[in-house]
Amino acid sequence: MRPSRFDAAALHDASVPAQVADGGTIPPARVAWRAFARDRSAVGGVIILLLLAVMAILADHIAPYNPRALLDPIRLKNVAPSLDFPFGTDQFSRDVLSRVIHGARVSLAVAFLSVIAAATVGTAYGAIAGYIGGWIDSAMMRFVDALLAIPRVLLLIAVATLWGKVDVVGLVVLLGVTGWFGVSRLVRSLVIGASEDEFVTAARALGAGHIRILTLHILPQVASPVLVAATLAIGNVVVIESGLTFLGMGVPQDTPSWGGLFRDGMDAYTAHWWVPLFTGVALVATVLAANLVADGLRQALSPRQLPAR
Amino acid sequence: MTQLPLLTVSDLRTYFYTGAGVARAVDGVSFDIAAGETLGIVGESGCGKSVTALSILRLIQRPGRIEPGSRILFEGQDLLTLDDAGIRRVRGNRIAMIFQEPMTALNPVFTVGDQIAEVARVHASASRRDAWSRAVEMLTLVGIPAPAERASQYPHQLSGGMRQRVLIAMALVMNPALIIADEPTTALDVTIQAQILELLADLQQRLGTSIAMITHDLGVIAEVASRVVVMYGGEVVEEARVETLFAEPHHPYTEGLLHAMPRVGRRQERLAVIPGNVPPPTAWPTGCRFRDRCAYAWERCEREHPPLYHIGAGHVSRCHLADEPERRTPKRTAATATATAVSVGGGPA
Amino acid sequence: MRRFILRRLLHGVAVIFIATTLSFFLVHLAPGDPFSSSLESLATDPRVLAARRAAYGLDRPLAEQYVRFLTRLVTGDLGPSILAAGPAEDALAAAIPNTLVLMGTALALGLIAGVALGAWQAMRVGSRADRAVDTASLVVASLPEFWLGLLLLLLLAGKFRLFPTGGATDYMHDLMSPGERIVDRLRHLALPALTLALLSAASIARYQRAALLDVLPQDYVRTARAKGVGERQLVWRHALRNALVPTIVLVGLSLPALLGGAVFVERVFAWPGMGRLAADAYDARDYPIVLGATLVGTALVTIGGIATDVLHAIVDPRVRSR
Repeated sequence: MRPSRFDAAALHDASVPAQVADGGTIPPARVAWRAFARDRSAVGGVIILLLLAVMAILADHIAPYNPRALLDPIRLKNVAPSLDFPFGTDQFSRDVLSRVIHGARVSLAVAFLSVIAAATVGTAYGAIAGYIGGWIDSAMMRFVDALLAIPRVLLLIAVATLWGKVDVVGLVVLLGVTGWFGVSRLVRSLVIGASEDEFVTAARALGAGHIRILTLHILPQVASPVLVAATLAIGNVVVIESGLTFLGMGVPQDTPSWGGLFRDGMDAYTAHWWVPLFTGVALVATVLAANLVADGLRQALSPRQLPAR
Repeated sequence: MTQLPLLTVSDLRTYFYTGAGVARAVDGVSFDIAAGETLGIVGESGCGKSVTALSILRLIQRPGRIEPGSRILFEGQDLLTLDDAGIRRVRGNRIAMIFQEPMTALNPVFTVGDQIAEVARVHASASRRDAWSRAVEMLTLVGIPAPAERASQYPHQLSGGMRQRVLIAMALVMNPALIIADEPTTALDVTIQAQILELLADLQQRLGTSIAMITHDLGVIAEVASRVVVMYGGEVVEEARVETLFAEPHHPYTEGLLHAMPRVGRRQERLAVIPGNVPPPTAWPTGCRFRDRCAYAWERCEREHPPLYHIGAGHVSRCHLADEPERRTPKRTAATATATAVSVGGGPA
Repeated sequence: MRRFILRRLLHGVAVIFIATTLSFFLVHLAPGDPFSSSLESLATDPRVLAARRAAYGLDRPLAEQYVRFLTRLVTGDLGPSILAAGPAEDALAAAIPNTLVLMGTALALGLIAGVALGAWQAMRVGSRADRAVDTASLVVASLPEFWLGLLLLLLLAGKFRLFPTGGATDYMHDLMSPGERIVDRLRHLALPALTLALLSAASIARYQRAALLDVLPQDYVRTARAKGVGERQLVWRHALRNALVPTIVLVGLSLPALLGGAVFVERVFAWPGMGRLAADAYDARDYPIVLGATLVGTALVTIGGIATDVLHAIVDPRVRSR
């Protein structure tokens, strides 16, 4: 149970909507940026994420070997970490370092894309519900409550069982479709809070239409908390995807991914500890970085941080 | 006065060590309170009156610190030299405090009765039942109807005025010798304000408690205080009996406060204001701290920090005009200075 | 208070109903049906398959199937399990208690440790100890469950042989004396529960510390101090009770994720719970069990959510009137 990773709980963190609803203003980008830059752990997190991203994009050029190549199934099988193979080789004599590097590509891409999808859907849903209000809002939210109650992992297993094997695209869609619930709740409460703000009433009195009010006045307030939530979600989804692949239902087995590496390494973990260890380090680094960045963002964008003038 | 005062504050200095510098919130304040009297402490926000009150009960937290050299004598002891257990025995027991915001001063998850009863349990080791009946007794004392039922309610179920009464009840449980009331009526509307003040005055008469009434509202002072201390810039700038203060104010700040008070029945085109702003406590001006806003200031005021001059019986003033009264001719007009309306009688501190 | 509980119960029922309906449509939107892709089905005569489909009413209109689905569900009939070679509900019924034991233990341990740690930190905020624990809890809270589980398995069970490597009981369990049996169960429970508990404790501690730091400067704490209440009482009675509120809310919201984590941990430690059953059912394409697990999981989470809401109302009286 990790509130820093669990979508709904972190998103439900009452302090975020309350701060905005209390009439605090989100600090302007420049002020927030400076505050963020001063937070060393947050900057560290950004650097780690950037390094991982670069590693993922340039995987073909950085990886010393082809991740799928069986280098020498007889002699180079299960080699412990050494100068030639810094992360060792697995039971099929594939270089673990190259597999970890390529694995980053799949894992990060899946996480990133699915989080974007989920954030978009969730924001739209929550904004509509919060803005319209009334029984439509109640109905929409009750629906989301039900969806939130279903444990995400079980839902994913259920869908994967019923729909057969999923490829990477399918996985992104699946993760996106199961991940928007928490965001919608967050956005809904933010939109409700913002709708009651006086400048919205003023804009309405001046004759502004709904679309204009939503996009100009309300959505900017929503952007920062959603950004924080999305950053946390990236870390969360990377782990879920790895876990699913570990269970056998995520990324197809021939594609190198971190979860797949775990699965391969699981069988002989006592003897060949380097496979799960290094993969784990990569995973933990990603999650940690995402958490640090999210924490930093939350602090920098927090209305309470503004000095009293 | 032949009787020893109940409380003597002597050269109290409370400084806050912040990133922006050392804030000398209270910078050498001294006054007495006699048994059974109500002392008013008046001044605008930033003058140090609340910090003074908190210092008496040693409720100052980091980064604030009561500086060595300060003394607070009460019932024969210097409160500042007591150990933790000692000061805890005084808090809520011999000296009780009433805070400004009844909304937030009560714990939302405990019943009102429980919170009042806690004082008896802490200081008198009372059993739950005894403490509870004492709590109901106190609620009756402060005039809350149906006290037994109210005691089982939670703060959010009571109105602001009632919550303030609860705070007063909490302060009275151990029949303290001194009650420090920090802006007890500021957050309430005017009719409730009158009721609370009446209650305090009544209680004082019946129980003989001394009260230190801290406020920015001269109207409140006029109603309940017998003596007044005016604070500005972390210092006492004037002290007098209440009648004297209103009839013959000496310090220009006090003068300004009185003029700024709107009076019913007087035709006024504009509200009089004291020009300028309170300087930040990290950088008090040299010499007299009020000089930048004073209509009479001259070069001595910048050079020499005025001591408390003796004006009359029980009347002191920290102003060089006591020494050179002929200088009391205004040099600035309201039109040439920026205005800061001194909030009187209705605005938050 | 009673009305509050009633409202929450109704809300819970509505949630379970919606989730059930969703599951139904999920099944029927899927390509094929329970009989089209299992290995067994592929080998069977299509006419026999058609007969089976008719027996299950799969050729009837959707609305009718839905009603049948609901009525079967009410009686606890989840359908035949391929994996367990028997009714799916029996397999699940055997597995659920194990998951409950695991989650319950982990939650209890994590909550106690997390709250205590968070309070301990808040009382020493800014000190080296506080900052060290803060960093440690951040790292631990970021660990994936299966990785931490594997790590503990490797070290404590593999290398140091302090604990067994999996399962819920030893194969000689039935031959042991009652006392030995309890110890045996506890030894097997220890590592999986510890894995989940560590993760919970880390994040609860962080949350609790922040909540306490929010509460400690509040006016009512100052009032209590002015009444003469000692510092320790201030933290543990006055402040903590208020600071527990967001933690309780958090626990309620995190139950789905806790169950998800249990799925992975059960796989790593071969713990015979619902999660492992579901994962195995995926491999065997066993629809009834997978769906059943999802529904049961939802129901458990919902009940847990109601329980935490009630607890919330007990601790914070302001909530009762909402």
